[in-house]
Amino acid sequence: MVALLNYINRVNNLNFFKRLKDKITSQTTEVTEKFKTGLARTRNQFASQMNDLVARYRTVDEDFFDELEDLMIQADIGLETVMKLIDELKMEVKRRNVKEPSAVQSIISEKLVEIYQAGDEGTPDIKFASEGLTVILFVGVNGVGKTTTIGKLAHNLKSEGKSVLLAAGDTFRAGAIEQLEVWGERAGVEVVKQSEGSDPAAVIYDALQAAKSRGVDVLICDTAGRLQNKVNLMNELEKINRIIEREVPGAPHEVLLVLDATTGQNALVQTKMFKEVTNITGIVLSKLDGTAKGGIVIAIRREQGIPVKYVGLGEKMDDLQKFDSEQFVYGLFSDLVDKEADFE
Amino acid sequence: MAFEGLSERLQNTINKITGRGKLNEQDVKDMMREVKLALLEADVNFKVVKDFVAKVQERAVGQEIMKSLTPGQMVVKIVQEELTELMGGTNSRIAANHKPPTVVMMVGLQGAGKTTTTGKLALLLRKKYNRKPLLVAADIYRPAAIKQLETLGKQLSMPVFSLGNQVSPVEIARQAIAKAKEEHLDYVLIDTAGRLHIDETLMNELKEIKEVTNPTEIFLVVDSMTGQVAVDVAKSFNDLLDITGVVLTKLDGDTRGGAALSIRSVADRPIKFVGMGEKMDALEEFHPERMASRILGMGDVLSLIEKAQADIDQDEAMKLSKKMMQNKFDLEDFLAQIQQIRKMGPLGDIMKMIPGAGKMKGLADAQVDEKQLNRVEAIIRSMTKKERENPDLLNARRKIRVAKGSGTSVPEVNRLLKQFEDMKKMMKQMTGMMGGKKGKKGRGGLGGFKLPF
Repeated sequence: MVALLNYINRVNNLNFFKRLKDKITSQTTEVTEKFKTGLARTRNQFASQMNDLVARYRTVDEDFFDELEDLMIQADIGLETVMKLIDELKMEVKRRNVKEPSAVQSIISEKLVEIYQAGDEGTPDIKFASEGLTVILFVGVNGVGKTTTIGKLAHNLKSEGKSVLLAAGDTFRAGAIEQLEVWGERAGVEVVKQSEGSDPAAVIYDALQAAKSRGVDVLICDTAGRLQNKVNLMNELEKINRIIEREVPGAPHEVLLVLDATTGQNALVQTKMFKEVTNITGIVLSKLDGTAKGGIVIAIRREQGIPVKYVGLGEKMDDLQKFDSEQFVYGLFSDLVDKEADFE
Repeated sequence: MAFEGLSERLQNTINKITGRGKLNEQDVKDMMREVKLALLEADVNFKVVKDFVAKVQERAVGQEIMKSLTPGQMVVKIVQEELTELMGGTNSRIAANHKPPTVVMMVGLQGAGKTTTTGKLALLLRKKYNRKPLLVAADIYRPAAIKQLETLGKQLSMPVFSLGNQVSPVEIARQAIAKAKEEHLDYVLIDTAGRLHIDETLMNELKEIKEVTNPTEIFLVVDSMTGQVAVDVAKSFNDLLDITGVVLTKLDGDTRGGAALSIRSVADRPIKFVGMGEKMDALEEFHPERMASRILGMGDVLSLIEKAQADIDQDEAMKLSKKMMQNKFDLEDFLAQIQQIRKMGPLGDIMKMIPGAGKMKGLADAQVDEKQLNRVEAIIRSMTKKERENPDLLNARRKIRVAKGSGTSVPEVNRLLKQFEDMKKMMKQMTGMMGGKKGKKGRGGLGGFKLPF
């Protein structure tokens, strides 16, 4: 009887992995490759430890869950989320009467995809204005890669045939304006700027007027990095947001919060605080290529309900990819998925 | 705040078990779990946490806790002691080569704050040690990184050495040292490009720079918000370069900064400096015991006192406290006092340093009151000198004038006057209580702080 249940579980797993794989392979392999190589570190760390864990345990017991908990914490998934996840996993294991550790592995993947997709409208695409100008505002703490991400996004949109204008709203950090200009040159888009130290709200205002009069499709606004606990700077951001709202009805169409993938639990606080002053519509997870983690997006998705729209997987101009939860989970477990699916 | 401090966590656990009179081993175990969670919430690496908790538990089970009347506080104390010890001595001096120039290499991940820290360090060297540093722009990869350093150099009026972004960083470093020798500069601060610790090509480039320049100090610059990956980063950089110290940046944020502990335990190198703000002079020495409190979410009283000492004009404070003692404190002094407090920085920052302030209702929102302070200032400034000295002069008509002048309303003016009266009363009681002893303390002015909200 137990053997039969195990067998059924195994088949279920296979089905899940197979489904995932089929879905993935039907997409362009180029994107998949980017995710695979970009997430190589993440996968190697997380998945190999996972395999290790599964290999070491014969049955699913408390110790197994304890170790699993450590594993998830190590991936920066965040304490609260980990504990909830573990509880749910325990329930699920009980319900399906799973005894084999390997079966738990696929339940985890399932859960992760589920969290990512919860309440999702499906695609993580940029929401464009139905007609006229689309305004995208970038926010985040210092050093997460806002300017670089903007450069990459400008390139992406440009190659999709959109006309793009950039606003150099980081008037505080030395060299920030020049940095955006270099990106503007690389992507072949113009930059609206003023001198360093000028009022960022004024720069944004100028850029909005320029964007309207030139009739561009998308205006991307850079802002200075600010720690979320600096009230004055957060107020400044609120003001910028207000100006955009006032000048272009329905704007900003997207407010993207850039998070450094190496950030730990503080990413949750960042999301919460930025959400209070602007209407964050999505997250860009930068520097995901080098880190062994990136798990904090799971916590954010779950606790704040904000979707990840893009991930930065490298330093080149085309290294900004649309986030795809299935790709992401596939990236995490790809060795395993390939193995299991081939097995069938 | 998102996370509660260790003290509160332990208190909650203990509340559950008190009434039994005695703690058993299971209770200690429960408390250890809270310690573990608190550290994990602070982003301390989980392996480090495990070792650490094992160490604390050993001490704890050794009767120290079980016999104590306040086991919670006892655990906190042990944890704090162990943490402080783990984070090592206060070796925040920067080494100097006996034969100048002393070469300092700044390395780290992208966005950790290397360039900014390089600027801050240069300023510190000049201000505190009276040295002449040369800034070297060796980040040829990130767009405008050179420009960023040049701008900082201009702000600080410091020489910056750069050869554009077409020359290899190794060559730039070599030439920079030659130039420093020629111009008799004491320090050469090399700002290298941010790189991932797994990027072999770029990591080898650092090694080459090291071989060519033979640096006395190699500082790993780490973002204090870094999560579990901090250990890998520290280990990779340390294995390859044998770093001499760590600079923890963006500590003025609200992160607990557990990364500090992780780094310390894998690399065993001292944390030499911490970045505490966006201004160029916001690079401070590292204090292990304060960091320990912060990781545990216990506030930072020491920093607060130090800030007060640094920012508050002693003479002014003395004068104020004298006035208070004689009960001659008027609105003019009140205004001066408000300005003194504001010098210490945004109120919210100050509040955060007070232990438990994050938990107190209302205080968490105290940041809004920055505006309130503006209004109070405006009201007082709208009074005549006489009115400030003697608020009783303010009759209805005068109040209307003051309200108009300050853009507030009469009720607001009244409220301020009422608060001022209350404060005066309280001061009278306090000075009465303390008698003559107070004058000796020097910083008596601080004792009288009662913010008008």
